[in-house]
Amino acid sequence: MTGDPHKSLQASHEQIVYAAVLEKGMLLGLALLLLTFVLYVLGIIKPYIPVSEISQYWSLSVGEYLHTTRIHQGWWWVGMLGYGDFLNFIGIALLGGVTIFCFLVVIPVLWKNNDKLYALFSLLEAVILSLAASGMLGSGGH
Amino acid sequence: MTRTGKMGVLCLALLLSVTLLAGNGLAGEGVMAADATSSAPWWMWPLLLLVVTFVMGVAAVLGGVGGGVLFVPIISGFFPFHLDFVRGAGLLVALSGALAAGPGLLKMNLASLRLAMPVALIASSFAILGAMVGLALPTQVVQIALGVTILGICVLMLIAKKSTVPDVPKADTISSVLRIYGVYQEASTGEIIDWKIHRTWQGLLLFVAIGIMAGMFGLGAGWANVPVLNLLMGAPLKISVATSKFLLSITDTSAAWIYLNQGCVIPMIVVPSLIGIMAGSFVGVRLLKVAKPGLVLI
Repeated sequence: MTGDPHKSLQASHEQIVYAAVLEKGMLLGLALLLLTFVLYVLGIIKPYIPVSEISQYWSLSVGEYLHTTRIHQGWWWVGMLGYGDFLNFIGIALLGGVTIFCFLVVIPVLWKNNDKLYALFSLLEAVILSLAASGMLGSGGH
Repeated sequence: MTRTGKMGVLCLALLLSVTLLAGNGLAGEGVMAADATSSAPWWMWPLLLLVVTFVMGVAAVLGGVGGGVLFVPIISGFFPFHLDFVRGAGLLVALSGALAAGPGLLKMNLASLRLAMPVALIASSFAILGAMVGLALPTQVVQIALGVTILGICVLMLIAKKSTVPDVPKADTISSVLRIYGVYQEASTGEIIDWKIHRTWQGLLLFVAIGIMAGMFGLGAGWANVPVLNLLMGAPLKISVATSKFLLSITDTSAAWIYLNQGCVIPMIVVPSLIGIMAGSFVGVRLLKVAKPGLVLI
């Protein structure tokens, strides 16, 4: 249509790159989620909380749940990956982290296109999401 | 949406809001499910979640909503889970539905990365704040506020008109500088639509409130994204719906991490919900491409 890539029926290069990374990360996360859930539900890997007992806890508030089950907040689950239920957190974390990776990947693409403002937006977004993922932003809970 | 459809949505929302407000006295336990949970086998609830969230996934793409806005009131009202876990799962549901739909929408050039990025920067920052406030407030307060919000969303859906291709006489300065414009082909008619936006700073300001509510209630925020992008900022309806859906993959990521780090994730609730919503979203994206704009729910 015109020389402006944003005035084309086709998606821009950075949009295609972003979509490709998002798609791969999402599919990998989904596959891991399915695999780990099967391992958990079928009891192939022993869970921290037996599946038959989980219904005793899901009606508690998060504070009561953490206290009763002695589960800790933050990235504590990484040390518990030997248990089937915590293994599911790998897929969940990947789905939560893929967007950060997408923004990091498009920064050089945008920079190369002399789109420095959007490269800065991407960097800022990656920082904000990483900060949220870090667990440094706590709250009182209840 | 037809008048009958709108009345149906109103009735459903009223029922859910009343359920949520009434459930306040039970300190977060699902009212309908409170008695059933003792006798029902544990696997019944994850199985039901899978079916319900699949249907939500299809509907959510067509409405440009994340699924969380359907998930949180329905699951907290009819399932025996505490609101803390429902909100955590709701955000992950909205996030996963958006992740599943995002690549397809970006490749089809229906979702606009240039439109989404500045908006996402604001919404995701304030979603973190909303999540922190929501987790610090007592459950009863959040539950009442959620019930009121659902009613507000219902009113918004009833009174807000949609505009297939809004009239934008002139792009404003901010959107011109940011080069937020594009072209897309309406698949149902073959028409090529050249779009631009206006009232950008007013729209960005509204995304502060949208981000806070998304984080606080675990609702996703598509119900608010679409009217702001379409009616206020003037993006075509399909671009608004698709960009809103993609936007949720960013906004809800920030809030979902807060809930995840606070311990509000039980895999037995989250995983069946995510698988259901993602499978439904794959189907929904294919339907959105061929759907006439008038069939889009919001």
